[in-house]
Amino acid sequence: MMYTKKVMEHFQNSQNYGKIEDADGIGKVGNSRCGDVMWIYIKVKDGKIADAKYETFGCVAAIATSSMAIDMIKGKPVDQALSITNKAVAEALDGLPPEKMHCSVLAEEGIKSAIEDYQQKNK
Amino acid sequence: METKYYFDYNATTPTDPRVVEEMNKFFIENFHNPSSFYRKAGEANFAVQKARERLAELINAGSSEIIFTSGGTESDNLAVQGTAYKLKEKGNHIITSRIEHPAVLKTCKHLEKNGFQVTYLPVDRYGFVDPEDLKKNITDATILVSIMHANNETGTLQPIKELVKIAHHKGIYFHTDAVQSTGKIPVDVRDLDVDLLSFSSHKIYGPKGMGVLYKKKTIKITPLLFGGGHEKGLRAGTENVHGIVGMGKAAEIARLEMAEEKKKLRPLRDRLQKEILEKIPEVIINGDTGKRLFNTLNLSVKYIEGEAMLAMLDQQGFALSSGSACSSGSLDPSHVLLAIGLKHEEAHGSLRISLGKYNSREDVEKLIEVLPAVVERLRNVSPFWQNK
Ligand SMILES: Cc1ncc(COP(=O)(O)O)c(C=O)c1O
Ligand code: FES
Repeated sequence: MMYTKKVMEHFQNSQNYGKIEDADGIGKVGNSRCGDVMWIYIKVKDGKIADAKYETFGCVAAIATSSMAIDMIKGKPVDQALSITNKAVAEALDGLPPEKMHCSVLAEEGIKSAIEDYQQKNK
Repeated sequence: METKYYFDYNATTPTDPRVVEEMNKFFIENFHNPSSFYRKAGEANFAVQKARERLAELINAGSSEIIFTSGGTESDNLAVQGTAYKLKEKGNHIITSRIEHPAVLKTCKHLEKNGFQVTYLPVDRYGFVDPEDLKKNITDATILVSIMHANNETGTLQPIKELVKIAHHKGIYFHTDAVQSTGKIPVDVRDLDVDLLSFSSHKIYGPKGMGVLYKKKTIKITPLLFGGGHEKGLRAGTENVHGIVGMGKAAEIARLEMAEEKKKLRPLRDRLQKEILEKIPEVIINGDTGKRLFNTLNLSVKYIEGEAMLAMLDQQGFALSSGSACSSGSLDPSHVLLAIGLKHEEAHGSLRISLGKYNSREDVEKLIEVLPAVVERLRNVSPFWQNK
């Protein structure tokens, strides 16, 4: 399995993991195909993603996309963060092996689900 | 970092330099076709026959009972399909187990599409087939039992002799896939009394793409490849002379040195097991710890995923394998680990460490040092560990 340098960097050195105890939104998603799980925590301030973290049980691609997705939404307005796609995350990592594209879906879904959770709570 | 610490000998082995040395002559100097007339061809033929004898000696067979193939996969195919097609007038039922290598399992699946019925025996949590279960599943239509000797993932060794007796009591052929045991531990086809046995060259420090099917003299099977009548018509094609010579040399080395290897490697494997269990919480050992290949250690590290472990270890120069879904490409975790009753998450976090003759004590100490940190890092990232 060949991963890009960027994937390996995010996989090995990501600092974006962990919990946010007083999170404003939490997304818990799973990949029914291989059984992997991703939790995304977000903190929202003035309509922007002030902080975000992930916890992921999964492969290199799942962990790297979690980490990259967090980088991509931090500081962004909530509606912009909501439009993040798995393709954009994979591209930001200089690509994923084709059989690993499905892992990036988890990142997109995780972010969306965390934001939806936040929006539900703040209706 | 380059791969400095190789712990994946059940996947394949480096070719022993003594094997390479013996093969070299047969590329240019003595490239001749063993079936041809001239003296050089005779020399090639002689080398092939010598290899045949060495291979026979490794498993206590007669040299006329050795069929050269392109590897374990072909040997398994030839044994299972060859028997099925030969005996299809007699019956259409085959018994195998759920933990076989795909070379047997997928062959059986293929036969199922072609009029055969296959029973896949379950195994217990240690990976053993229950002989009583075999007995119960034999029908009047059963023509073949195929159960592996040592499992490639867990190293669990089946009670082949006992299983063979049950099959033979009903006059049914018995094939065993001994790809993982041959060359590592004594395998004696007379003692086991199997009718067919597969093994492979690249698992025993021989060249890749070579294997043997042992076929008891009295047994008849149908070939899969037709052509020039090589291997008594059972496997046509000009002999892979250098491959055969190399595999023969590997067999000789294995026969002479296997006891020594075991003496060296077993304590290393046992030390790995003990230290990992002590240093890393919530690890389970997969397979039986008694009747197990001395070089194999399969474990599940709970709450994390195998491919991620493999990648972290790879970055630090370690080569291992895992039964995780994410590392398989197929998205299903190891069928062997599921068959011994592991939950999906547990199979996901599995790691197979398989040692071989070039492993040193230092390699093992290094792995003991590095693995706990890898596990800790991935557990820190894991929602299951953090929220348990
Ligand atoms: C138990 C078992 N059977 C069969 C095979 C296939 O052997 P080969 O790679 O020589 O085709 C392997 C090797 O992966 C194996 O471990
Ligand atoms: S999440 Fe399982 S393969 Fe990537």
